[in-house]
Amino acid sequence: MSAPLLVVENLKVTFPSPSGPVDVVKGISFELGRERLGIVGESGSGKSMTGRSILGLVRTPGKVSATRLEFDGIDLLKQGDRAMRKIRGARISMVMQDPKFSLNPVMTVGEQIAEALVAHKRLPRREIAARVRAMLEAVRINDPDRVAGLYPHEISGGMGQRVMIAMMLIPEPDILIADEPTSALDVSVQAQVLDIIDDLVRNKGMGLILISHDLNLVAHYCDRVLVMNSGRVVEDCAASELKNAQHPYTRGLLAAQPRLDETRDELPVIDRTTWSAA
Amino acid sequence: MTAIHIENLDVSYGETQITHGVTIDVEEGGSFALVGESGSGKSTVLKAIAGLAPEWRGTIEIFGKPRSHGIDADFARTCQMVFQDPYGSLHPRKTVDATLMEPLNIQGLSDHNERIVAILKDVGLDNRFRFRYPHQLSGGQRQRVAIARALIVEPKLLLLDEPTSALDVSVQAEILNLLKRLRRERGLTYLMVTHNLPIVSFLCDRLAVMRGGRIVETADAENLKQGHLQNEYSRELLRLSAPPAV
Repeated sequence: MSAPLLVVENLKVTFPSPSGPVDVVKGISFELGRERLGIVGESGSGKSMTGRSILGLVRTPGKVSATRLEFDGIDLLKQGDRAMRKIRGARISMVMQDPKFSLNPVMTVGEQIAEALVAHKRLPRREIAARVRAMLEAVRINDPDRVAGLYPHEISGGMGQRVMIAMMLIPEPDILIADEPTSALDVSVQAQVLDIIDDLVRNKGMGLILISHDLNLVAHYCDRVLVMNSGRVVEDCAASELKNAQHPYTRGLLAAQPRLDETRDELPVIDRTTWSAA
Repeated sequence: MTAIHIENLDVSYGETQITHGVTIDVEEGGSFALVGESGSGKSTVLKAIAGLAPEWRGTIEIFGKPRSHGIDADFARTCQMVFQDPYGSLHPRKTVDATLMEPLNIQGLSDHNERIVAILKDVGLDNRFRFRYPHQLSGGQRQRVAIARALIVEPKLLLLDEPTSALDVSVQAEILNLLKRLRRERGLTYLMVTHNLPIVSFLCDRLAVMRGGRIVETADAENLKQGHLQNEYSRELLRLSAPPAV
């Protein structure tokens, strides 16, 4: 493998609280090449904060520190706001969870996608329109010219999420961070959206960080999986090895999911007392 | 005895007709699931039963009694509902105690203190949670309060609208176990809406697949477990829910 795109070493995110500073991410390290990495964990495990700190999106009073946080040789922690804006969107972009809250309600879909492109590149108007159209086609929207003229409230959730993806991918970034991109969607639409992400990421040779609480989904769409619990990485393995996971938390998560051919009378519940003190 | 008998139910919101000729029967003590994607009308059926969607035609009979179109205190005694989002369904400025007191007052039940203590214990909440506000509870604890509120008037039928979709996997397992135990202990009947087929497999014994306001298939959960659904759309849902080879 060539030099990794992103190197994270000993990343910490700290928030102040009445009883002293609290580390929500407690020193995690990983590398990302042009591959698909999944970060799994439950609410409060620090998975989203990990994604946000890469983009410099942790708001004060939150503090990010790391021994190394490098993207393509650039030290992300030393970049000012202006320099970060050049990286954000253009080179690393992020798809958020809920299209309802992430799209601008008073701009048409086409305008928003075009804005994402124009913010980073000067282009003639005709080319912008052509690229927006091509991007909408790439996320499998059937009638791109009509959809480009619609407002977010006029499209469905699944379509909204595809528009978000179009917006994030049109500047052709090197890394896409997808934070629970499908948890607001129906099962039937989920697979479609993930297939689109998967396709585009593979074709463009990008790096993907897929943040999710769904182990099966991550195992299916990623090459490598990090399992996080209370700010630490408890398991780091190839996606295909997930079923042989060692850590009790990972095993607990796997077992706690009901199966389609369920025969158990009771689902095993994670016993948090045995190891969470660590 | 039949707990729920619904025949040719057409529910409308204003001009728009949402469901078309929905027919289901649920035995007393049964656990029935309505599955389908957003907009298929599955929640609307629950709302019509609960009296939250009063514009409907057709038949709804609960334990043999025809259901009126509005909200009805006597009916609420037999049938209660648990909503999807525990963050939105509890009053933020009422303590757990006040939340649980309300249905008791509406139904004119006595022994408030004993009932509240007993139901909290039953849903697995320590007594120290009794005087807390919703923001002091986790999502799973809130959903337990919502279940306690529904069960405190001792209904026979529980309408569950995606009761675990807002929860983490490990918390979901706790709530599913709780629902299963309560049904066994109290002989409850469940009508649950979900889009998660593995949950149906764990908690229900029959299911109906809905699409575009119509039921496309009704089957036993056993068929679901073995992957023997007939309808093309049901099979599609099944294929999408089958966990990819981990």
